[in-house]
Amino acid sequence: MLVVNTEYIPGYQVTQIKGLVQGNTIRAKNVGRDIMAGLKNLVGGELKGYTELLTESRREAMQRMLNQAQELGANAVVNVRFSTSSITQGAAELYCYGTAVVAQPQVQQG
Amino acid sequence: MVRPSWLNLRCNRGNSMEDVIALIVYLGLPVIFLIGGYAIGKTVENRHFRDLERREEIYKRIVRMTTKRIPSNWHANDPILVQGQAVIGSDYFKTFASQIRNLFGGRVRSLETLMERARREAMLRMLEEAREHGANAVINIREETSTIGRGYGRQGLASAEIFVYGTALKVS
Repeated sequence: MLVVNTEYIPGYQVTQIKGLVQGNTIRAKNVGRDIMAGLKNLVGGELKGYTELLTESRREAMQRMLNQAQELGANAVVNVRFSTSSITQGAAELYCYGTAVVAQPQVQQG
Repeated sequence: MVRPSWLNLRCNRGNSMEDVIALIVYLGLPVIFLIGGYAIGKTVENRHFRDLERREEIYKRIVRMTTKRIPSNWHANDPILVQGQAVIGSDYFKTFASQIRNLFGGRVRSLETLMERARREAMLRMLEEAREHGANAVINIREETSTIGRGYGRQGLASAEIFVYGTALKVS
């Protein structure tokens, strides 16, 4: 599955548009991570627990979007956007959306 | 944190040992955290900046653009979405300094470096992913902040959370 955040796919031609696909996930951080992050906040530096949490959640949101695209019979998703919102204290929603399309490799000229 | 200590001192004059311990706990700990936070935080930050500079040198040949279109004479293929993210936490001293700054207003330098570090780190992670795919250009780079660490305790953890994504290409 081709995924890009541009409106077109460089080197490919979009032949068919399948429509909007989206994926979301809401993740809460756990207490262990909070405590570690609280300690890390004394001396500074990267809060690895949170970075991992965000990476995992983004991957999951994107996977859901890709599953939808697959169901629609698309082979690419263009114009992908990410957004986050905090729903309650300590939980964040990660949302990912794009347009599912069918794309074919462009015939090279010259 | 500091308030009860002098109250205690006045109420039970009898036990001087307890007073001293109370003083150390109520006044000393924050001071130790401040000094320790400043020293360690500064070391961590300087090391991170050196590390960033070294790694940026490696990836400076990858072309980065925020536009969607590429010049028409470029021949591009193998597009793929790449992303990088980093959550960088503040230290005790920075948090304290920013709270003091909050009283008077103005530029909060201590948090500016925090954001800079998070941005550069996230950007580098994206470039690392791009290079793993053998790409030599990243177009349509977008940057966004997320809020997962906020709302911890009463004031919330001061941390910079940056997410960077773009489309990596092999350009010839």
